[in-house]
Amino acid sequence: MSNGIYGIEIAWLDAVIRLHIIVGLMTVVVMGLIYVERKILARFQQRLGPTRTGPAGLLQSVADGLKLVGKEDLRPRNADPWTFELAPYMVFIPVFLGFVIVPFAFGMQVRILELGLIYFVATSSLGIIGWVMAGWGSDNRYAMIGGMRAAAQGISYELPLVLSLISVAMVSESYNLNDIVLSQSTYPNLLWQPLVLVIFIIAGLAELNRTPFDIPVGESEVVGGPFVEYSGIRWSFFFLAEYAALFIMGLIFAAVFMGGWAWPLGEELGRGWQILLVTIKTSLFIFLVFWIRASVPRLRIDQLMSFSWKILLPLAFLQVLINGAVLVYEAPLWILTITGMLGIVVLVRLIERAVRPQPVTNESTVSIGNESVS
Amino acid sequence: MVVESTPGFETQDLLINVGPQHPSTHGVFRMVLEVDGEIVKDLVPHIGYLHRGAEKLCENNDFRQGVGYMDRTEYLASHNAELSYVMAVEALAELEVPERAQWIRMILCELNRLSSHFMFLGAFGVDVGVFGTPFIYAWREREAIIDLFEEISGDRMMYAYFRAGGLAWEVPGNFEERVREVLVSTRQGMKDFDNLLTRNEIFLARTKNVGIISAEDAVELGMSGPTLRASGVSLDIRKAEPYMYYDQIDFDVPVGTNGDVFDRYLVRLKEMEQSVHIIEQCLARLDDGPIMPERMPRMLRLPEDQEIYVRTEAPRGEYGIYLVSKGGNKPWRLKVRSACLSNLQALKKMSVGQYVADAIIILGSIDIVLSEVDR
Repeated sequence: MSNGIYGIEIAWLDAVIRLHIIVGLMTVVVMGLIYVERKILARFQQRLGPTRTGPAGLLQSVADGLKLVGKEDLRPRNADPWTFELAPYMVFIPVFLGFVIVPFAFGMQVRILELGLIYFVATSSLGIIGWVMAGWGSDNRYAMIGGMRAAAQGISYELPLVLSLISVAMVSESYNLNDIVLSQSTYPNLLWQPLVLVIFIIAGLAELNRTPFDIPVGESEVVGGPFVEYSGIRWSFFFLAEYAALFIMGLIFAAVFMGGWAWPLGEELGRGWQILLVTIKTSLFIFLVFWIRASVPRLRIDQLMSFSWKILLPLAFLQVLINGAVLVYEAPLWILTITGMLGIVVLVRLIERAVRPQPVTNESTVSIGNESVS
Repeated sequence: MVVESTPGFETQDLLINVGPQHPSTHGVFRMVLEVDGEIVKDLVPHIGYLHRGAEKLCENNDFRQGVGYMDRTEYLASHNAELSYVMAVEALAELEVPERAQWIRMILCELNRLSSHFMFLGAFGVDVGVFGTPFIYAWREREAIIDLFEEISGDRMMYAYFRAGGLAWEVPGNFEERVREVLVSTRQGMKDFDNLLTRNEIFLARTKNVGIISAEDAVELGMSGPTLRASGVSLDIRKAEPYMYYDQIDFDVPVGTNGDVFDRYLVRLKEMEQSVHIIEQCLARLDDGPIMPERMPRMLRLPEDQEIYVRTEAPRGEYGIYLVSKGGNKPWRLKVRSACLSNLQALKKMSVGQYVADAIIILGSIDIVLSEVDR
């Protein structure tokens, strides 16, 4: 780390250059992600997706971006000017702050922080403030409901997410993302922590406000939620933040659970291979998110909350306890694999019990029918 | 769920205006929700944004032209809407409709029921929150049916193909073959929907025990169609008062038990299977023959001082035509009994006490067509 990418010895200048590279890179990545999402969703829905703009529609995101820049920046008359106009940046900046610790390959990050995971969680939860600001400042009731939903959802799902990352950190014995990746060069963490992997994916989806947890922005209910009054470049900032958050979550997934650039080919690889590995693992997560988006309906806000507090959180706590016991008494790690698998079974059973509604005896129903459907 | 407010701190319920420009109101419907947090405490529906005076217009148009206005009252199932109208005119004029015309009408009406229910399934999937997938699935199957209608009548909507007495013209030569082709894709489409939604845990969680309406309430509110049958009342006009040749056809009437949103979805899905079954039987019975009565007057005139009420089972329920004739080639008064309007009455009863997100899918599950509500 002492000599940076360009051999610049001044630490802060080195960091600034790296940050700029990442912000520039991310904007391109987000455009790519939007294109890929549209193409993948189109395949799920037997459509073609964008085909007209550029070769195979590759320039669609660029065209959309240009259109958004050209649009008028509207602000409702009764909106709170400061809150309304600052909200996009409050969503955007925390997400990009998260990139400081994300390792793309060995030595390819802005900074290695000893408490990297904690830093990631802290920055990612800051974005909720922006959502609430957008919802409150818009002077729109849909936006307000959306903003309140975002706050409730963000707070509830922060906890399972943090606990799942903590239990991984326990196994890897570090909060430092670089060390976590290095500790997985033979076995990735998902082998020891299958339950936590599932919890991480579910909580991650909620954190990203992705289907089935896209309740704050639910198109069919609150018509885009906090974003309903935004247009043009401000709206595109929200969009940029959303996809950047997706990408960063994929990178964390790759680093924390899949062994980042170290597994399965060892840590001696060249930088190109490392980047390729990380890209594949990140894409896996992102594809999963798109897949889920194309196939499941949206949960309701009360179901979402009870799912987090009554199922995910207790299970995540349990996993942390078991991790502690196994590590303190130096028991073999495969015990964790077995308990994790059992935990997944319990999770599925609990989801079935909690989510599937109990039959209500409706005494007033008179069934004269000759065939019953239920 | 009322939160006790501390003294000196007053809380107020929030009024939300949903529609007429809202993605989930299925047309220009508007409802004002009074919400306490996420719970709906009151709901006031507002209709009339699409009122065109179709009934009045019919009074100034003869019985051939009137068919076109009927199409527009129920643009998702135009054939079924035309059917009630031409049946009312035929009954007053005492016209005998040829057998072949009746069978073709039955096939077209059932096909239109399929296309209309596909539209429901697609829109409902989007209401529940799947991103577009069910909508595109539904569109794909509906497209096949609409293509067939286009080959027959020349239009993709507003077919104006039925005439008092029979049909406007003969169907294309490959009609039977094409219908069978469409049925194959329809079957596949129904299977796809079953796989995508029916056993999806989240879908079940969202739709089961939501928006329950009891059988008594449903009957009292004058509901009809799948929305009524989902509550457990087995009333299908095709079975109860068979018209055309429905008495010669073997089919079941699917009935729900719980009267919730899920039952309304499932009843429609089951009904589609029955429609396919009906069409297959109709195709087997289809014979050559005339499609209009032999002695058809050039200008159809109805006898004086006659009135009639004809009702048929449209995809959304009882579609009735009340026609008063005082002689001449135009109705003196025409009244459309809209199933959607009656079904919509239940919206408040179903939605109060539910969540905001539920109110949206409850509205979706009623499957309204605003042009029929407002006419």
